[in-house]
Parts: sequence; C-alpha cells; structure tokens
Amino acid sequence: MEKNLINIMESMTGAKALMTAMEKEGVKEVFGLPGGANLPMYDEFSRCDIRHILVRHEQSASHMADGFGRVSRKPGVCFATSGPGATNILTGIATAQADSAPMIAVTGQVPVAMIGKDAFQESDIIGMANPVVKYAFQPRTPGEVPEVVKKGFYIAETGRPGPVLIDVPKDVQQNEAPMNFPDEFKIQGYHPWTDPDIIACEKAIEMLLNSEKPIILAGGGTIISSAFAELQSIAETLMLPVVTTFKGKGAFPENHPLSLGPIGMHGHAEANKMMAEADCVLAIGTRFSDRSVGTFEAFEKRLKIIHMDVDPAEIGKNQTTNLAVVGDVRTSLRIMVKLLLQKQIKKTEESVWFKHVRETKEYWKENLKLHPGEMGAAKILRKLREVLPKESIITTEVGQHQMWASLFYDVIQPGTFFSSTGLGTMGWGFPASIGAKVARPDVPVVDIAGDGSFSMTENSLATAVLEDIPVIVFVLNNSTLGMVAQWQRTFYDRRMVGVDQGGCPDYVKLAESYGAQGIRAQSMDELDKAIKSAISSEVATVIDIPIDPEEDVLPFVAPGTSLSDMILPS
Amino acid sequence: MWAILSVLVENKPGVLFKITHLFRSRNFNIDSISVGITDNPDYSRMTITSYGDEKQIEQIVKQLDKMIDTVEVKHLDEHKTVFRELCIFKLKLSNANDSMEVNKLANAYGGKVHDVKKDSIMVEITSTPDQIKAFEELAKPFGIIDVARTGVTALQRSGA
Repeated sequence: MEKNLINIMESMTGAKALMTAMEKEGVKEVFGLPGGANLPMYDEFSRCDIRHILVRHEQSASHMADGFGRVSRKPGVCFATSGPGATNILTGIATAQADSAPMIAVTGQVPVAMIGKDAFQESDIIGMANPVVKYAFQPRTPGEVPEVVKKGFYIAETGRPGPVLIDVPKDVQQNEAPMNFPDEFKIQGYHPWTDPDIIACEKAIEMLLNSEKPIILAGGGTIISSAFAELQSIAETLMLPVVTTFKGKGAFPENHPLSLGPIGMHGHAEANKMMAEADCVLAIGTRFSDRSVGTFEAFEKRLKIIHMDVDPAEIGKNQTTNLAVVGDVRTSLRIMVKLLLQKQIKKTEESVWFKHVRETKEYWKENLKLHPGEMGAAKILRKLREVLPKESIITTEVGQHQMWASLFYDVIQPGTFFSSTGLGTMGWGFPASIGAKVARPDVPVVDIAGDGSFSMTENSLATAVLEDIPVIVFVLNNSTLGMVAQWQRTFYDRRMVGVDQGGCPDYVKLAESYGAQGIRAQSMDELDKAIKSAISSEVATVIDIPIDPEEDVLPFVAPGTSLSDMILPS
Repeated sequence: MWAILSVLVENKPGVLFKITHLFRSRNFNIDSISVGITDNPDYSRMTITSYGDEKQIEQIVKQLDKMIDTVEVKHLDEHKTVFRELCIFKLKLSNANDSMEVNKLANAYGGKVHDVKKDSIMVEITSTPDQIKAFEELAKPFGIIDVARTGVTALQRSGA
C-alpha cells in the first residue's frame, strides 16, 4: 500500500513514464530512428537500461521489431518520429498485422495544440494506421501514458497477436504529471480468449475417426500458440498426415514420417495432392488464404472441415466449415489429447489412406524434376539445411527464393521459420533476421533472400555491423525480380518488363563496404565453406550465390485454380 | 437481407471513424447509421442498417465484435424490436387544396406539419422505413423539394 502511494505521488515527464512503463513490461531493446518529435523519448535512453538499436530507415525498425516479436513471442518495439518517420513504419505495421505478430510502434507526434494544423512533419498516423493495427492510442495528457503502455502490451500479445501503435504528441512527452503505474486495468470490449468447447473437441475427434481420408492442416496459429507437442501427439495418436499452410511451415517437424509439408500455390506436390484427396481436415489456426487453398470449391463438397481458431471472426470468413472450435488452439488441442488418452484411442495399423499417403510422398521424393545444374535452388537450400544446426532460425524475403525455401529447406525444430506470408513484404527478411538474432543471440539466424528483396532494406547492414548482430544473408542472386519474371514467362508470353536487376550491385563489395563479410559462392564446395565461415563469423555475412535466372519455382498452382491442378516441371 | 445492428461502443473520439472504416475496408455496406449517447455517458449506441446475405451479416457482426471499442453487438430480429426513423419532407404546394391534402396525408401517417408557406410545407414523420417509403410515394405527386432522414434507431423489446 505504501509503495502504491509512492507510485501515485511520483511526478515525471510523459517521456520518462513511457520508458519506465516499457521497462516494467520487460523491454530490453528498441529499434528506431530519432527525429524532432520523439527527441524527449530519445533523451530518456541516456538515463535508462533499454538498449537503442539505430536503423537507417524506419521501415527496417518495424521489421526488426516484428522479427523480434515472432521469435520471442513478446512484442518487439520500434520508435519513429512524426510525419515521414511514422509513414515509413506503416508497411512494417501492416506486415505484422497480416501475420498476427506482436509489436509496439511508438511514434512522435506534433504537440497537441498543433494537431490538425498541417504542422511541419505532421501526419495523421492514427487515421492512416487504423486499418492495419490491432489498436492505436494517442495519449493527450502525460498522465495517461503508463496505462496506455500497459494496455498496449496486453492487446499486442494476447489472443490473436498484432501491432499496437502509440502516437505520443511532443508536449505529452515533455510535460510532467503525477504518474500512477497501474497493475490492473479494464478493457471492456476486449475478450482475447474464449474457453474452448469440450463438446466441439469431442466432435472433432469423432469426425476424424469416422472419416476415411483424414488430414491435419496446420496454420500459423499453431506456431503462434506453440502447439507443437500437442499437434505432434494428435497426429501420431491418430496417424494423421500433416500438411501446413506456408505460414504454418515448421509447425510440425518436416523430417517426420507424417509430414507432407506446405500446401498452396507453391506447395509440395504430395501435400497438394493429399489435401485435394482428403475427406476430413482438422484446420488449425489458419484463415484459408487464397495462396494456401487456391479454390477449395472443387473438393469442398466431400471435404468435412473442422476449423480451430482463436479469432471467432475467422470462422466462416473465407471458408464454410462443418465444425468450429473457437479458442486458443494449443488449449483446444490439449483437450483433444486428453480425450484421446481417456478414451484410449491409439491407431497403430496403417490404413489404406495412410499407405496411399506414404506412397505418394515417396513417389514425389523420387520423381519431382529439379534443376539439372550444380547450383539449382533445391541443391543450394538442401546444402544450407545440411550445414545449419537444426535450432537455427530462418527468415525469408518475398519471391522465388522464399518459395524454394518452402519447398526445399526442411524445418526440423518447430517454430524456427518465419516469413512475410500475408502481406508479402519484400525487404522484410533481413531486418526481421536482425530482430530475431537480438531475441535469440545463441543460434545462427539466416535470412534466405533474393537479390530483389535484399535491395529493399540492404542498408540494415549498417545496423547489423555497428550493433554487433552477426546475421547471415543468403542471397539467391538471379539478378532478376524472379517471381515476376516467372509470371511473365508463364502468363505473359515471355514479355519481360521491369524485372532485370542488371547485376547491380555487387553484393560482396556492398557487404564489405559496410564492414560485413561478403562471400561469393559459385560451387557447392564454395557454398559449404561459405556457410561454415558465416556461422562462425563475428560479423554479419552476405553470401552471394549466382543462380540461373530462368529457373522456375515448381510445382505451381495458378491463381484461382484448384490444388489438384498443379503445373509441374516438364 | 436487411439487417438492423445495434452496437454499444465506448463513447470516445474516433470510434465512429473506426466503425465506418471497418465497413469500407471489409467491403460491407452501410444503409443507414444513427448514433447517440446512452444514459451512461461512457457509452454510445450506434444503430446500423445494412444489406447482405446471412453469411455477410454474420461476418459484419463478428468483425464489429472483434473491435476493441465495441462493448456489445447485436443483430436485432425486426419482429422483436421497436425500430423507427425520423424523416422530414419539404413538399411543394401548387394548388389551393394542396395544404389540406398534405395535412390529411400527414395525419394518416401520424406525422406533424411544420413551416407552412404559400408554396411549400414541411412534414415530419416518425415511422418504420417501409411506412416512410409509403408516405414518400403518396407525397410524390405534390412534388418533393427536399428530404432529410435520421436513419433507423432501434431497441430490442423486453423478453425478446
């Protein structure tokens, strides 16, 4: 009680209150870039234990916070000034929202009295960010700051996680007020979790047992809720093959006999085939995105869908389902595991379906045609997998390399693969890898990149070098915007427009100019050495791997078609 | 189908913006919207009418419910709800009898007459959108100069 009174009485500036409140939330690092409207908050870094990690562009700060948040499952924090600083982080906020990543974005704002006057570096970031945040706050008095921070972190990390924006006018940062740091608060309209329905879980088991061709589709929600052990237990107990969405890649060990890998536009052939043949699917934490399911209509008539999700608004949004299990997916799966134990259900004999699944998997392992050259994408990514320890964390950029990573880099330890899957933000992977490495400095972190995407945020090399964050950038360099080029080859009769990168820049020299290690790998032998050198390097490393610009990502399910209509390598 | 949604929200700046933005960004339609503070000044009630098939309306309700600033979202059954809209018509008066005729018509719809001038008259009707539509059809021959409507407001009947 006495302590509480002291808390209430303490007077401080809004800026100090913000930093103090963040320290109370356990924040150790902030990614950001200062400017006029957030200087009072920056001044506080000189007086507190939070480490500031300087970026060269605010967009990168937001991706770093995102990468940090996905890996640590605690909100990553990024700082930007008002106006252009704030608009620069919008892409990062939208990316986090599309992939349900916890993030706190703190922007400076012009003083309260200047808001709405089109002041210098004023932008209505609250209005602009509204559709891409989970929630946004703009405290108008310093005294509101502690509760805003507390609520912000709670909203960002609970239920279906997401980005929260805190826009702080400069005078709110500067002015003093007596501060109360509340332990408790109320948000009346926010119910992040619903208790899972046991009867629905029971029904789900029944539906799976009563079907002939059951399958599990694990989405990103499985990874967000860390339901790895529960998922594996159910798959093994019921002998269910497991496919994932791309976001769900690595929710289940990809070297497991029951694993078929991701479905989707560039899903594994065996995963797409089996998904298309299944008669009952346990879909966990997925929104049935168009990239994952193509058009489900072709087989949904005989496909019974059990949809498990923490967000009730996802039920029936993209896909009509036969049974909904609303609640945290890990809790729901735990209930299922318990019920299976109680009922002593355990499948040991291979069903006809299971044999068929196994044979299909073996067939595609043998028969998927790969690029014949020494430096084909599959060989490069399998080499990376072979050399990297299994606990290594992967981020990716967006494009062909990303889909090759999905096809050929097997995630063995669940929850070690992250990508911008929803918004598809080129330039995400490298800064996200820096955030990931800050969260997990003990493991190698590799950004699987293409030259096009890496170009977008390559100046984060300065951050990696100056802040001693030794990540590895693995550039599959075809000097082309490869995925666009592939669509132009496939759908536009090879009319190649706006895709040639002209061999510019030289990524080895670029890396070196920042003080990073740059290595070019032109053979498997060189690649092997380069990866090993990068893992043991104390500075960030860019491995530049020239590849054939004509190599396509296959299989390919064309947009608007069914998973059973794959374009395969000829 | 036509749906009446009753949305209890926190009474603070920016909430109306977020609600209307949600309709726009999710590709839903707002047919009418009326907003007013409740007996508890912490809350406002928005009554929104919208068109969509059952699935769309269900999605609208879920997306509204997901919003942190909404406290309660109800899809009201119109048979168990009192719903009304206030509408003001400004009508032309061309003939000597018109004033009397408009008065009769207004009475038939429980309306009130205001601002009687030589060549125009205003009628205030509070009724259901169907009844207002019916009045409008009958008023057309006089010549409608202007119309202003509040949008529907509604409360569920007790025990419903």
